[in-house]
Amino acid sequence: MSTSPSPADPRQPPPSAGPATDRLAVVAAGGQVEPEVHERVRQTPAVLEIDRFNLWYGTKQALHSITMPIPHGKVTALIGPSGCGKSTLLRSVNRLNDLVPSVRITGEMRLNGDPIYDQRMDVIELRKRMGMVFQRPNPFPMSIYENVVYALRIDGESRRPVLDEVCERSLRGAALWDEVKDRLSESALGLSGGQQQRLCIARAIAAEPEVLLLDEPCSALDPIATGKVEDLIQELRGLYSVLIVTHNMQQASRSSDYTAFMYLGRLIEYGPTTDIFTKPVLRETEAYVTGRFG
Amino acid sequence: MTRHIERQIGNLKEKIRRVGTVVEEAISKSISAVINRDVQLAQRVLASDDAIDRMEVEVEEECLKILALYQPVAADLRFVVAVLKINNDLERMGDLAKNIAKRVAQLEGAGPVDLPPEIRTMAMQAEEMVRECLAAVIDADPVLARRIREQDDVVDEARQKVRKRILAGIKEHPENVEVLLRINSITKHIERIADMATNVAEDVIYMVEGDIVRHRPEE
Repeated sequence: MSTSPSPADPRQPPPSAGPATDRLAVVAAGGQVEPEVHERVRQTPAVLEIDRFNLWYGTKQALHSITMPIPHGKVTALIGPSGCGKSTLLRSVNRLNDLVPSVRITGEMRLNGDPIYDQRMDVIELRKRMGMVFQRPNPFPMSIYENVVYALRIDGESRRPVLDEVCERSLRGAALWDEVKDRLSESALGLSGGQQQRLCIARAIAAEPEVLLLDEPCSALDPIATGKVEDLIQELRGLYSVLIVTHNMQQASRSSDYTAFMYLGRLIEYGPTTDIFTKPVLRETEAYVTGRFG
Repeated sequence: MTRHIERQIGNLKEKIRRVGTVVEEAISKSISAVINRDVQLAQRVLASDDAIDRMEVEVEEECLKILALYQPVAADLRFVVAVLKINNDLERMGDLAKNIAKRVAQLEGAGPVDLPPEIRTMAMQAEEMVRECLAAVIDADPVLARRIREQDDVVDEARQKVRKRILAGIKEHPENVEVLLRINSITKHIERIADMATNVAEDVIYMVEGDIVRHRPEE
């Protein structure tokens, strides 16, 4: 795996990557390219390790030997044009792809060292360790309160003070408490789209997950609701490890600490978000983030 | 189809090129006015400064517009930020040319004091640096930009030699002190022009490679 120019030698010119389309052409022809993983990503302790992970839908390979650590306590964004595999990768992390009959995988993923695809891994237990929020808000048809404490209830928790405390803490964590504290018993379906999405985030963090997976969490929201959810993601920094898929590059640049650029199922470049959006190492990444293709 | 932002960036490049051309001409004329003691030419330099100021404001407005409306990232962002700084440096180079031109007018009638020969070396070197830094901007050429950083030492050395000569001249002919101080001031302005060309070169390196090399020793 190649690395970015060492900080010890700042005068080293950037690698001559050739025209922006070179690597992309290799990938488009079915080839494999070495991803550019910045040193700083590898120096950060990982909550989740993805290790030479391949995935096929039937005969079509959707992920090609993805190797990337997801830093602990940080927000990591996956970006790339449609069909690059970013959602597939996200859904592989909590084994949602197990539900698709034709899926076959090789390689490994480890959550805090535990192999996710090990036969002994209990998928239900695994999913409890990860929260997931989807494109469209999916509150359960019950009260706001019951939505938030749902995970605790199914775990058998019934002590009211515990549930109350978790409910308030999670809603505060999701920046929703002030808006809903006087109507916790009302149906969650009466909330606006942006509120519903923040409720889903509150429900996800109520279980104190090790990783929070966000699959284009703002794509169904208007700009104001999007702004609120983005603010929330920034608030979650440091408290939770977040992996977010987004097709909105500005969202990735605003809300994440690290950004991974994927193309046709390959990891192309992965580094601190500031570097990816100010001085990416690869011309291919530069071409994508400046909107010259994709 | 060219994307809108690419057209805007193309226009900005053309605008900064024009500022550069006018500033380069002002510097070249001011130096020529010093060497040939040409007061009329110096007057023309003074007259051109307003145009440079106007162009500077225009380029700055253009940069702010692109930043606000397109939120550029990566290479586009670096280009706009570099142009914003280069534009500022070019305007200051124009001011220095104006200052040199003012001294030429003041030298008139001051009597026959020979210019130290190193002034010519310094001036030619500084002019070349200005020309090359503009070429480096337009061609986005970090190799040329690095060469310019090295050339700055040549100008600094020549400046020290001129300073020594002027000090010696003042001791020998104290009656010429005023004119010698004016000549000293001209060399200081020429040195500053070379410094600004170096700044521009450093911004070109940032623009192309994303590394801020300012305040770092030359490679």
